[in-house]
Amino acid sequence: MTTDTLENTEHHEEHHAQPSGIKRWLYTTNHKDIGTLYLWFSFIMLLVGGGLAMIIRAELFQPGLQIVEPDFFNQLTTTHGLIMVFGAIMPAFTGFANWMIPMMIGAPDMALPRMNNWSFWILPFAFSILIGSFFMESGAPNFGWTFYAPLSTTYSNGSTAFFVFAVHIMGISSIMGAINVIVTIMNMRAPGMTYMKMPLFVWTFFITAYLLIAVMPVLAGVVTMVLTDTYFGTSFFNAAGGGDPVMFQHIFWFFGHPEVYIMILPAFGIVSTIIPAFARKKLFGYSSMVYATASIALLSFIVWAHHMFTTGMPLFGELFFMYCTMLIAVPTGVKVFNWVATMWRGSMSFEIPMLFSIAFVILFTIGGFSGLMLALTPVDFQYHDTYFVVAHFHYVLVTGSLFSIFAGTYYWLPKWTGHMYNQTLAQWHFWCSIISVNLLFFPMHFLGLAGMPRRIPDYALQFADFNKWVSIGGFAFGLSQLLFLAVVIKCIRSGEKAADKPWDGAEGLEWTVASPAPYHTFSTPPAIKDE
Amino acid sequence: MTSDKPTPQSHTTTVKKLMFVVVGMFAFGFALVPLYDVFCDITGLNGKTNDEAVAYTADGIDTSRTVTVQFITHNAKQIPWKFKPLIQQIKVHPGEQKVVKFYAKNQATQAIVGQAVPSVSPGIAAGYFQKIECFCFERQPLQADEEVEMALQFYVDVDLPKDISTLTLSYTLYDISEKIASL
Repeated sequence: MTTDTLENTEHHEEHHAQPSGIKRWLYTTNHKDIGTLYLWFSFIMLLVGGGLAMIIRAELFQPGLQIVEPDFFNQLTTTHGLIMVFGAIMPAFTGFANWMIPMMIGAPDMALPRMNNWSFWILPFAFSILIGSFFMESGAPNFGWTFYAPLSTTYSNGSTAFFVFAVHIMGISSIMGAINVIVTIMNMRAPGMTYMKMPLFVWTFFITAYLLIAVMPVLAGVVTMVLTDTYFGTSFFNAAGGGDPVMFQHIFWFFGHPEVYIMILPAFGIVSTIIPAFARKKLFGYSSMVYATASIALLSFIVWAHHMFTTGMPLFGELFFMYCTMLIAVPTGVKVFNWVATMWRGSMSFEIPMLFSIAFVILFTIGGFSGLMLALTPVDFQYHDTYFVVAHFHYVLVTGSLFSIFAGTYYWLPKWTGHMYNQTLAQWHFWCSIISVNLLFFPMHFLGLAGMPRRIPDYALQFADFNKWVSIGGFAFGLSQLLFLAVVIKCIRSGEKAADKPWDGAEGLEWTVASPAPYHTFSTPPAIKDE
Repeated sequence: MTSDKPTPQSHTTTVKKLMFVVVGMFAFGFALVPLYDVFCDITGLNGKTNDEAVAYTADGIDTSRTVTVQFITHNAKQIPWKFKPLIQQIKVHPGEQKVVKFYAKNQATQAIVGQAVPSVSPGIAAGYFQKIECFCFERQPLQADEEVEMALQFYVDVDLPKDISTLTLSYTLYDISEKIASL
């Protein structure tokens, strides 16, 4: 879709008295400000969660216990997981949604700007509670981010209440964010912007938002049950009172599996935006991409028990969940072939966003394949709870979701800041990241296949060499992200003035407004031309 | 389509519908609890056995098959009882009634009420393990140093799937004194 007007770029600042300083950010209802807040918050959480991972890797650098006690190690793995899932990846995508969706559909702002403000500003409280529990007598949650009962109930170290209330707040924030996105997309598209003309990032986040409102309440329910089991004597998961601890896993993974697609579908949207821009071709199959996204979202509701093959399910259950899980490879394959076919015979150029997107396609596919291996019930009995699982979900979440966030940031940063970033430094960030991330996660496959269990602070001697390499990769990957911080800060402060459309192959309404994007855009809706 | 300018009313309608989904899904999370019980009851998925005595219905004894039934016991944390089966395993023909004894002794200095919760593995066999009489149907109050032998009378259903030749019956013993006191 294109627009034939540039009149949307006029400034409206004079209409409102802008509060300055901290109040501007506290009181803001502007989608761009809130998007910026989300993105900075998620980056800080990435560094916090990454810092915890650095301690984990330092402990695992050699066999034996050197740095931390096993109980503290468990607190590290638990909070690392929680912070990365709920603090880094999800808010980053919500940040993109806030910044880009109104600009992509030609809306002046999100539909519910005040709720938008609230859904961001409760997040710091949630994470203060979670991280603050490190400094309490009982310590932080130590039962794994999956908080399986009875670890989180009967055997809890006393941190369960803080954990539960933190998750409640995160859940409320995500649900409000999702409602806002859905209302915005349904009610505020510019005239002529039909559903099947929406940019793919809008589509993927639209579907993600539906997943969020469907499963975040289930998470809220299950943490509430954990809370009452721990403190109020109920027996949802306590066999002595007629409950069943395995039921916890069923309810948790009913939330947990759609959750993993919540963290990857927006990544598909970002990559589907960037690859056509730098291959200078239309996306190979727009509608197949939309339908593939919707099928993945629907299938995600009937595959949860593939996380639980070793709980003693009947054969029929194992077969059902195995086949349903493998079925997801079909729409995912549609997407991967779509990206490859878009690049095929395109006039490709390799700017930083494209580099990250190509890395995404290759490395996410590796993560997808190891997921397919894990889906096979018989072999899952061997892989279950080993480093193979850790390798799998880090390939899809780090080289998948996180790389798409980098790609998206490098793609839209000129629009956000009005400056081009330092290409050399960004190249360094990319190449350091891509080498170190593979050194970090690839040997984990072999560790897992050789039988190294996850969530263990010590290991057998034969795993020592691989773990040393993994730790070195980890430290290098962690440090590389400081380059990213440097690129972004330099880009905000100075840099070559960015054109309104700095990428010649880019498409979409966001490139029709000035760079940096004015505080208010599309106060009058743009006209969408039929093509 | 959205060619008209969106009104606050249209936002409110959409938000209301979405809030309905949110509340509905929160309720669904809790509805999964009874649904899971019903589902497990039908399929025997979670290894739970009948929690009320069944009458023995003699469909004849299938002497062509022999099934090994193993007994194991666990003490849930902090219950200071000695609790063990008097025999580790027994061979039965499907349809045949057997009585086995379990031994329990309260080693604490005060009275404790215990409750044994049974579970059968493989879970699919739980529906075929029939208890005619079981100490697990009742609470077990024991004074300090009191000991008791407790009986379990059971039979294995003749319809037990052919591929199952060994059943394991596990009892986990819980201290429910506090719960009793708070009632």
